[in-house]
Amino acid sequence: MSTTQQTPAQETPFVPATATGRITNFVDERVGGSGILREFGRKVFPDHWSFMFGEVALYSFVILLLSGTFLTFFFDPSMAETHYSGPYVPLKGVEMSVAYDSTLRLSFEVRGGLFMRQVHHWSALLFVAAVSVHMLRVFFTGAFRKPRELNWVVGGVLLILSMAAGFTGYSLPDDLLSGNGLRIIDGVVKSIPVIGTYISFFLFGGEFPGTAIIGRLYMLHIMLVPAMILLMIAIHLFMVVVHKHTQYPGPGRNDRNVVGYPLGPVYAAKAGGFFFIMFGIIAFISATFQINPVWNYGPYDPSPVSAGTQPDWYIGWVDGALRLMPGWVFNIPMEWHIPFPWGTNTLSMNVLAPALIPAGIVFTLLFIYPWIERWVTRDNREHHVLDRPRNAPTRTAIGVAGFIFYCVMWAAASSDLIATHFEVSLNDALYWMRALFIVGPILGFIITKRVALALQRKDREIALHGRETGRIVRLPHGEFQEIHAQLDDYKRYKLVGFESPVPEEGIPNENGIVTKKENLRSKLSSFFFEDRVAPAAPSELEAGHHHEAITAADDDKAITH
Amino acid sequence: MGNHSDGSPTSSDAVAKAGHEEVDKFQDPGLPPHRLRLADTDPKAAKRAERQVAWLFIISIVGTLLFFVAYFGIRLDDTFGPLRLQNTLLGLGVAFAMLGIGTGIVHWARALMPDHEVAEERHAIRSEEDRLAAVQIVDDILDETGIKRRPLIRNTLIGAVALAPLPAIAIFRDLGPLPGDSLRHTLWKEGERLARDPDGTPIKASDVTIGSAFHVIPESLNSLTEGKIAAKAKAVVLLMRLNPEDLNPSQGREDWGYNGIVAYSKICTHVGCPVALYEQQTHHLLCPCHQSTFDLTQECKVIFGPAVRPLPQLPIAVDADGYLVAQSDFHEPVGPSFWERG
Amino acid sequence: MKALSQKRRHPLAALALLVMGLMLTGGLYAVVTTVNQAKADTTTYTAQEVQEGEKLFIANCATCHGLGANGTDAGPSLAGVGAAAVDFQVGTGRMPMQMQGPQARQKPKQFTTSQTREMAAYVATLGDGPALPEEQYIDGGGDAAVGGELFRVNCAMCHNAAAAGGALTRGKFAPPLAGVSSSHIYSAMVTGPQNMPVFNDTNITPEGKRDIITFLNTIENQGAPGGAQLGSLGPVSEGLFLWTVVLGVIIGFTIWLTSRTS
Repeated sequence: MSTTQQTPAQETPFVPATATGRITNFVDERVGGSGILREFGRKVFPDHWSFMFGEVALYSFVILLLSGTFLTFFFDPSMAETHYSGPYVPLKGVEMSVAYDSTLRLSFEVRGGLFMRQVHHWSALLFVAAVSVHMLRVFFTGAFRKPRELNWVVGGVLLILSMAAGFTGYSLPDDLLSGNGLRIIDGVVKSIPVIGTYISFFLFGGEFPGTAIIGRLYMLHIMLVPAMILLMIAIHLFMVVVHKHTQYPGPGRNDRNVVGYPLGPVYAAKAGGFFFIMFGIIAFISATFQINPVWNYGPYDPSPVSAGTQPDWYIGWVDGALRLMPGWVFNIPMEWHIPFPWGTNTLSMNVLAPALIPAGIVFTLLFIYPWIERWVTRDNREHHVLDRPRNAPTRTAIGVAGFIFYCVMWAAASSDLIATHFEVSLNDALYWMRALFIVGPILGFIITKRVALALQRKDREIALHGRETGRIVRLPHGEFQEIHAQLDDYKRYKLVGFESPVPEEGIPNENGIVTKKENLRSKLSSFFFEDRVAPAAPSELEAGHHHEAITAADDDKAITH
Repeated sequence: MGNHSDGSPTSSDAVAKAGHEEVDKFQDPGLPPHRLRLADTDPKAAKRAERQVAWLFIISIVGTLLFFVAYFGIRLDDTFGPLRLQNTLLGLGVAFAMLGIGTGIVHWARALMPDHEVAEERHAIRSEEDRLAAVQIVDDILDETGIKRRPLIRNTLIGAVALAPLPAIAIFRDLGPLPGDSLRHTLWKEGERLARDPDGTPIKASDVTIGSAFHVIPESLNSLTEGKIAAKAKAVVLLMRLNPEDLNPSQGREDWGYNGIVAYSKICTHVGCPVALYEQQTHHLLCPCHQSTFDLTQECKVIFGPAVRPLPQLPIAVDADGYLVAQSDFHEPVGPSFWERG
Repeated sequence: MKALSQKRRHPLAALALLVMGLMLTGGLYAVVTTVNQAKADTTTYTAQEVQEGEKLFIANCATCHGLGANGTDAGPSLAGVGAAAVDFQVGTGRMPMQMQGPQARQKPKQFTTSQTREMAAYVATLGDGPALPEEQYIDGGGDAAVGGELFRVNCAMCHNAAAAGGALTRGKFAPPLAGVSSSHIYSAMVTGPQNMPVFNDTNITPEGKRDIITFLNTIENQGAPGGAQLGSLGPVSEGLFLWTVVLGVIIGFTIWLTSRTS
């Protein structure tokens, strides 16, 4: 690249020798590309497979934009009535909306149209999944800690936006499945106190389903929501550049450096190549696996419904919550009629509670968690080295509890399919899941925390005593012992290089009083850290060596095994 | 929680005492020594990797060609056969085109590009110097605007800015009409015949044998030219016939059915899915969306699931010609609850 | 029927409907007096068939249904269920029932076609009931589009829009319809086996049933244009596939991508 070899002296202007050089120089002089390249060309990125989910999400989004743009050329978001006259026999002459008709036409009559629809739908499912898995990775490794709290929030907003993008798109074909989905949304909206009925009428332009909703969702789906996603992605990536990437703990890595491969050429080649790989995987799936066959469901009509009416997976947990909620709890109706001076109003908690409370809990905790942990630990340092999940047992256990909470609702959304495929009673499946909804997160918390602590003890054991080799020797006095191979310094550091905070007493204020807030903090600190395993220390290793002379003698075998 | 630190961890040697680890800690040994790859030392291996990368790029070229063969070579007709073949082949073409490029580049990077890990220093995200400079700039700006010295300007500006977005909310008022009492009425009225969904032919009482389930619309629905779907969304009814002794009508509702024929709104009182799964032996109605179950023998009382209210019953009678007709509209709003429902 | 459904939004539709309604009412009223007469069994069985059927019945069915098929605590009376019910229940292997449960399960059939016919002949003598479907209605030559509409309104809520089956309450279920013979589908509609409601000929006309059968044959044989169908179970199987297979493949690639070569 000629631009990188500019002469330092300003007086003698750089004269490029080749045509390419002249064009590059022309652009560079006008946009300052050299400075950008100098800053980013060799920027270091740590390498780990779990760091790739952000890229999976980004690339699915790019593929969504590409395939979605193609679809807009053929899709017509109108709810006007028409009669199908295309090649698909089982719908010939059937009354349907123009939106559904154009979906069928772009699937059956536009070459590659069906493929693009399947690419679009598969990558939409993948997009939300990748955002979710990426957030799980960030949570379980503690990457949300200072200075990345705000970027965690941006990620949470992106998760919500990706669900909004998915849902608005799901409804567009105006088929029977998505139409019943919209009807459920209408029912949920109507349960909102005071303004619910009005929101419903404004949303649908009158009584459900009206003739406006598809056009409105279309505008949200192709303009507003993607624009917001793009803005959030820009902010997200800008902050990644400011913070530089986190890295897993290991020898040579600390909070003051970043160890990895330079952007050019290795990282750029891998990340760039990965885009093509992602596109290839999605194309392969779309070529061989059918998704959302709208012609099977038929056009939307308010009278029919199909067994197995479910939303796409990312809305499933809310649908599952609606299924889990009993309408009557011990003969107490969950729909309340509240007398007011002007008359009685209806509050249907059987709809409102499951639609809002679990989602409210999940997203509130998700957004404020970095601040909870920061307040409990009083840790105001920057963290660029990640925690291995086992080294933060309480956080990991909280994450697993939340994950189970989510998954029970998610599974409940397929209660009818669980019933038919595992040959159990639909009602029993729901009774069990209601129980799991309460008990599952608690059990998950306890088990995960114990497993994490056990893994930490195992790490300690290995760091201090080495790995079991399976070789048994007989000592001169007759005792049998298994030879333990000591770790080398690099491997050991990976097992011992972490922090294990201790519970803190509440700190008195200037008047010497421990406030209620400090008391709570102290209690939370105990909750987080009272069960803890400290990293192995050199003195312990030293002591161990005196005990087990035989393992020390086998040090040379430690590196290779 | 109390003093929990006497739990199991302390009994093992695994738990350290507080403050202990600060002095006694393993030192970072630094980056491990670099390990060379086969291709770094063996020119043959490097050459082999080079050829593999080239082959992957050739696979990509073949994939793109496959796309064109599938796109132009397959003629679609009325059946799914050619469509499926085309979808599969052009999809696989794109897949190979992309996977070839992607795996080729990645293989090139992994096998042939330098793989020395490098460490880069992090810099403070914000330096104290910058902060002071920024504070100074903000102070200067505020000072130059004079906003602190001129509260009149400040307060009127706050007022103006607070009010200015309101039109942006108000302008959405015309998104839809006000609900009024439209949720309380359906097409059903006295004498409206019950008709088959979707063709709209009226139903005679004698047509409905025991164990039957008819999906019903008002006879006048299909002649609507506007708002038909919205009207249908409220008016759909499920008509069933049981042995009259299986029905247990409450007081005042004894004559809402006819000879064991009863009609109930098909719209779930939970969130509005059509409750259409009728089990003719158990006389249960199940909603396929959220599994609310209604018992027809108890006037569609909820016996399972998230719904609270029973399905509204449509009072029916038989007209002079033997056709089933509605006695009136539903006596309560159909479908999901809403705030004004009362 | 199809032309009617196409044009029913036409402004003149009301008028046309009125005229047609009047004609139909008058015509039908004169012809159809009661439903049961309309479905009366017109198939003729020989006396020997009835006799053989009774023997088979006594040997295999009477334990539950009673000696005269009058019903016991373990099984309902079969008077008036018709030959179609026998053809469906025995012909799909549901009867004789293996054990009491939420509903009789389909299994390999226990009797030959002629044995089934003989039992049907016997049961048909017990009372008027739906006969075996006439050949013309199960030939699959109807209108698949009209059948599709009827199927979605009357059947899809239990059997799924793609006829993949669905759950009912307390362990009962509506089975998938792929692989079920046209005549069994017809018999199921007219007899309402287990908890399925009865769709008599005034509810869905024989032509309508023919259209439904045509629709089912069409969707069963047309295949899936987009690739493997993942059980036609909709978003749940799609989501499950994405979270397991697709994400698994992607994770495989990310591990390969970030690992060092040897």
